[in-house]
Amino acid sequence: MSSNVATVNKPNLAVEFAGLKLKTPLMPASGTFGYGQEFAPYLDLNQLGAIVTKGLSLNPKAGNPTPRIAETVSGMLNAIGLQNVGVDAFISEKMPFLEQFDSPVIVNFFGNTQEEYGEVAARLNDVPGVAALEMNISCPNVKHGGIVFGTDPKAAFDVITTVRKRLTKPLIVKLTPNVTDIRITARAAEDAGADAISLINTITGMSVDVRTRKPRIANVIGGLSGPGIRPIAVRMTHQVVQTVKIPVIGIGGIMRAEDALEFLIVGAKAVQVGTANFVDPNAMQTILADLENFCIEQGIEDINDLIGSLQL
Amino acid sequence: MKNLQTIVLANQEISPGYFRMRILAPGYKEIAKPGQFVMFRVRRSLPPLLRRPFGIFQIGLLPADCEGMPEKEFIELIYKVVGAGTEVMRELHEGDRIELLGPLGRGFEIDDEGGDKILVGGGIGLVPLYMLADSLADRSKTRLLIGGRSREDIITVTEFERLGVTSHVTTEDGSLGEEGLITRILERKLDKYPKAKVYSCGPMPMLRAVEMICSERNVPLQVSLEALMACGVGACLGCVVKGREHSEQNPEYLCTCRQGPVFHSHELDWERVEKNTEQEESS
Ligand SMILES: Cc1cc2nc3c(=O)[nH]c(=O)nc-3n(C[C@H](O)[C@H](O)[C@H](O)COP(=O)(O)OP(=O)(O)OC[C@H]3O[C@@H](n4cnc5c(N)ncnc54)[C@H](O)[C@@H]3O)c2cc1C
Ligand SMILES: Cc1cc2nc3c(=O)[nH]c(=O)nc-3n(C[C@H](O)[C@H](O)[C@H](O)COP(=O)(O)O)c2cc1C
Ligand code: FES
Repeated sequence: MSSNVATVNKPNLAVEFAGLKLKTPLMPASGTFGYGQEFAPYLDLNQLGAIVTKGLSLNPKAGNPTPRIAETVSGMLNAIGLQNVGVDAFISEKMPFLEQFDSPVIVNFFGNTQEEYGEVAARLNDVPGVAALEMNISCPNVKHGGIVFGTDPKAAFDVITTVRKRLTKPLIVKLTPNVTDIRITARAAEDAGADAISLINTITGMSVDVRTRKPRIANVIGGLSGPGIRPIAVRMTHQVVQTVKIPVIGIGGIMRAEDALEFLIVGAKAVQVGTANFVDPNAMQTILADLENFCIEQGIEDINDLIGSLQL
Repeated sequence: MKNLQTIVLANQEISPGYFRMRILAPGYKEIAKPGQFVMFRVRRSLPPLLRRPFGIFQIGLLPADCEGMPEKEFIELIYKVVGAGTEVMRELHEGDRIELLGPLGRGFEIDDEGGDKILVGGGIGLVPLYMLADSLADRSKTRLLIGGRSREDIITVTEFERLGVTSHVTTEDGSLGEEGLITRILERKLDKYPKAKVYSCGPMPMLRAVEMICSERNVPLQVSLEALMACGVGACLGCVVKGREHSEQNPEYLCTCRQGPVFHSHELDWERVEKNTEQEESS
């Protein structure tokens, strides 16, 4: 088995955007990968393009009552309620673990008020091991009747502007799909100074247990994720790529390499894998291997040649 | 702890609606502890999307297929068909390919003391107690109290007895053993053996009753809880229960998958645990 094996060049999977250098275009989606540690027994964190943490707030957050999850057709509803350890505990207890890896750490965060958003961003800006911040704007603004920041372009613009002022690290703004036209919030994010956009967060949904006649989630309404939402996510990624100049990260229902490729082809520079991590803790490793095989099969030497190659 | 791609060795209905599945599981014998569980997935099939958690009933070895080959390590699950996932499982046959993530979670804490041990199981809740009984029976006087709705819900008791465990059965309809609730027997046994340690798994109303009996008498209790799970590894935070010290300011949520499924009863806030899991009454 020595002489005439054709030498196959490994394709380049590295991508670069918003000042970030990623070994691969694949990273976990916030809230589906804990703080990294939970998955370390199952996959090599150094193979990931980046490590994205569970969303952090200024103070620890208790989250919602249970049941918090329910399976749906081709997906799941969740209303975890953004339970997290708080930014200070994250820095002292979780960061040292994450710093061992050479994959950049992207920290997802949120606030209940504009000031809180700014404060969390400022604290994370001072942490050396943090490569970039991902700002979750799918949260209710407690000072304004609980209207979700990300559903009101003006509120989104204002809160992103506040964060931008307190941050020198790259800022990724994560959009909510629960709007009439996602291009409007995408533009607001770009105008407010975001370095990149990621989308989509979960789609609001509800499910009822017909025997007890109770909602299947204690919070009544939850966020839908998983393979069922992928066509919506691909559509929105396509629309946003066509609208803004800043780079876009695609998220939503990616279970296998082909799913990731859909997002890359419509123009996402990178993708995040969420619910698939629950189904299979090795999911990202499998997707990565299959991405590489796809490139070899198709004679693609550089994944960047695929990005935005949609044939219309 | 790993994701094993493996095959079903056997899958049989042992009582109406209850199945026993034997799965090839190399590596489990060395590491799996009583009370741990696996996340089970029918390979690459959709639906259901998410894996389902099941306690490990027992671990064993089968003779090798031919000389020179290693013996075959297996685990057994016992499951009750209740919904979409278990409906798919019941259709599996020998040789079908599946995936197992595990062994997961914290099992029962077992001490070396010889004193009396009482295991209290409700229906399918007896599953994680078998390996526990196996590791206790040679040094402790171990009693199994098992309750169910009807005789069909009382499974594998003779296997416990073969370990040297004394068993007591109650059914709500009186079709097997004593009529009534198993907690009545527990009270009787604790009157007689007030220094016993208690281990329990079953539906929440039963666990709550067991907890009240044990806390009144200062009897140490470990319980194995069930929760809806998406990941099984502590990442989704879907499976949490409130710990004793929980408050809005200082949330103390414990992951059933990682910090449990077995808890010392004093670690839990029982008022809230019970409220949180009302919906599981049917299981
Ligand atoms: C650590 C652990 C160990 C378990 N061990 C066993 C076991 O050894 N044998 C066994 O038969 N079952 C066990 N269960 C329960 C088992 O996981 C559920 O019965 C199973 O997931 C139901 O799947 P389904 O798709 O058939 O039902 P679904 O359609 O998902 O649900 C049907 C009904 O079961 C309830 N249910 C679903 N998932 C769970 C769950 N995780 N816990 C409790 N109720 C649930 C639902 O609320 C609903 O009422 C265990 C659960 C946990 C958390
Ligand atoms: C259990 C769970 C928790 C989540 N937590 C967060 C979070 O803390 N912050 C955030 O921005 N998105 C969160 N998300 C949304 C995901 O990051 C992702 O945008 C969404 O699930 C869609 O991707 P998927 O279909 O691949 O899961 C969460 C999703 C799930 C399922
Ligand atoms: S099942 Fe996901 S955290 Fe426990």
